[in-house]
Amino acid sequence: MEEKQLTTDILIIGGGTAGCFAAAKLGKSGLSVLIAEKANIERSGCLAAGVNALNAYIAPGHRPEDYVEYARKDGAGIVRDDLLLTIAQNVNRITEELEALGLVILKDEEGRHVTRGWRNVKINGENIKPLLAKAARTQKNVTVLNYVNILDLKTVGEGEEKRVAGAWGVSTRERVFYDIRAKAVLIATGGAAGLYRPNNPGFSRHKMWYSPFNTGAGFAMGLRAGAELTTLENRFVALRCKDTIAPTGTIAQGVGAKQVNALGEVYETKYGLSTPERIYGTVEENRAGRGPCYLHTRGIGEEKEQDLLRAYLNMAPAQTLKWVEQGGPNSEDVEIEGTEPYIVGGHTASGFWVSTKRETTLPGLFAAGDVAGGAPQKYVTGAMVEGEIAAAAAAEYARQAELPELDMEETRARLAEVEGHYSASEESLRAEDLEEAMQKIMDEYAGGIHTDYRYNEARLAVAKERIEALEQAAKNLPARDPFDLLHVYELKERLTVARALIAHLAARQETRWHIFGENADHPERSADFDCYINSRMEAGEVVTLRRPLVKGGTYEHTH
Amino acid sequence: MSIRIEKTRCIGCGACTNACPGSLLILQEDKKAFMRSPRDCWGCTACMKVCPVEAITYFLGADVGGRGSRMTLAREGVLYRWKIQSPAGAQREILIDRRNSNKY
Ligand SMILES: Cc1cc2nc3c(=O)[nH]c(=O)nc-3n(C[C@H](O)[C@H](O)[C@H](O)COP(=O)(O)OP(=O)(O)OC[C@H]3O[C@@H](n4cnc5c(N)ncnc54)[C@H](O)[C@@H]3O)c2cc1C
Ligand code: SF4
Ligand code: SF4
Repeated sequence: MEEKQLTTDILIIGGGTAGCFAAAKLGKSGLSVLIAEKANIERSGCLAAGVNALNAYIAPGHRPEDYVEYARKDGAGIVRDDLLLTIAQNVNRITEELEALGLVILKDEEGRHVTRGWRNVKINGENIKPLLAKAARTQKNVTVLNYVNILDLKTVGEGEEKRVAGAWGVSTRERVFYDIRAKAVLIATGGAAGLYRPNNPGFSRHKMWYSPFNTGAGFAMGLRAGAELTTLENRFVALRCKDTIAPTGTIAQGVGAKQVNALGEVYETKYGLSTPERIYGTVEENRAGRGPCYLHTRGIGEEKEQDLLRAYLNMAPAQTLKWVEQGGPNSEDVEIEGTEPYIVGGHTASGFWVSTKRETTLPGLFAAGDVAGGAPQKYVTGAMVEGEIAAAAAAEYARQAELPELDMEETRARLAEVEGHYSASEESLRAEDLEEAMQKIMDEYAGGIHTDYRYNEARLAVAKERIEALEQAAKNLPARDPFDLLHVYELKERLTVARALIAHLAARQETRWHIFGENADHPERSADFDCYINSRMEAGEVVTLRRPLVKGGTYEHTH
Repeated sequence: MSIRIEKTRCIGCGACTNACPGSLLILQEDKKAFMRSPRDCWGCTACMKVCPVEAITYFLGADVGGRGSRMTLAREGVLYRWKIQSPAGAQREILIDRRNSNKY
């Protein structure tokens, strides 16, 4: 296998929303910046299909503090006020920067942004990713390494001296192994999909809400390198149109459609209108035998139907195609369902435990976007704010750091592991088989759709044992080519994240959020858990710890 | 849901292989795009938006209610022309002006 050695001042892992914007912001830093991206930054990550709104924005008449208050309430207190405030203070400026990059934002006659509610601006976000990619790629000091899947972080030193030193990766197109040394690393690999058995497990197994190509690599790498994660148990489940997994908000808000059960009764007011409550209500109606549940659109009229068909083409074309094939929303209500759970720091609070400057507990490693924890409801603009903050902190760190020395011994061991997969017998199990097994275990024993998102201690114990067995089996998986190898490593990442998630679910012995974490042994909320559940890997085991809530000010690690 | 490459139309420009967020598309020796894993498609349509010759068609899997219709996309300056063709031959077109924002 061919080996390549690269060095850079700052390595950005993942060229998505946060990663591209961080690179763009480092354009004038005078430092060398390398983006390693497993696909191609042009359309990679969550923004591939485009987005239809900027969900984090503050309309006139509201203050950043209102945003913090809102997110704190929605997250039932398990959020980081310091992180939320830095996001809220900057989202409007970021919106203007996006507009300057060429994004179409809806404006009224006086030139003001048109908002939906007080936290949201309407856009044509179909080309948002190419705009961000261009902002990154056109900086002279930024090099883009597409088609390189990063496997693990490199570290140097022990104990107090330990810091990040770069990363190892493999090409997804050729048999090439990369050894990248860096003074500082910014991780922006997004969240994790594909841990649980999805809504559509057959041919359309990737017809899911979150990007199926964001496999939780950052969480897994961070854990293995000794960094601390937070609040993984705050899973995210979305309310979606059945089968197509298209967003429901556009129908609910666009044409004012209400959630109704099979008897035609409006049930949403019975359970509450927050995101998890809307799903909770749907699950409960189904459990009571009053499903299927729908968004009541029948009779909205031809004109609104045409508007909806158009709106969905921009963000979820499958829904438009389905309406055309089978009858539109004016003639039929739209059936809805909850998705399988995801781990997404941009929606809920899961991810790296970071300081206000977005440094992780591993010195020299900074995190931004869906991979960073503590700050839910950050979405596109929040991920960009975090990219900017993390970039500034990484630059400051890189300026005083030395380039780590070559460590051939560790690198040899990594290379041997990769080559082991290429030479493994093809008669053994395949990554695809183990992925299905993992998703089934998580679904049945760790609170997936199968059990209406409920779990208990006994089930989690089974899940832990079986996931650990799969981790052993995954060591010998065969790979015929680089594409196979990508899937082997994606599976291994997911298994590590699944194991950590199980530990988090077991540690929070209460039900803080409906659906996101339904602990059947402890169905009520408990003040004993007004704290964060964090985790670290110690000697290969995931250990959890509690940390007190951070309420404002700035937070620095005391290590 | 997934996509198909119409080999007779594909001119081998490679644009789609650079657009796919899952690296699912590659150019083969015959200089035609090839979908490596139809079951792994996210349905994001990124590939269709960069294809210069409408060589990529989109369809819904039967497991999510697909009945055999095919959808293609033509770029015409600031317009996107989406065409949906049913198995019986009925055609439907929807035009999207890319300068306009989503209203909902
Ligand atoms: C379908 C969908 C619709 C959404 N709609 C909206 C909306 O309308 N409005 C809104 O404000 N927000 C929306 N969001 C949320 C928003 O898009 C995300 O929160 C935000 O884009 C996350 O940015 P990120 O940089 O963390 O992740 P991403 O942009 O996903 O970037 C992660 C990148 O890391 C790469 N990567 C992953 N692992 C590796 C590895 N091991 N090595 C190298 N590279 C790797 C990925 O390929 C990807 O490019 C939506 C999200 C989704 C999924
Ligand atoms: S629709 Fe998206 S995921 Fe599917 S092949 Fe095209 S670019 Fe790839
Ligand atoms: S973009 Fe279109 S023409 Fe170009 S390689 Fe892909 S399918 Fe062929």
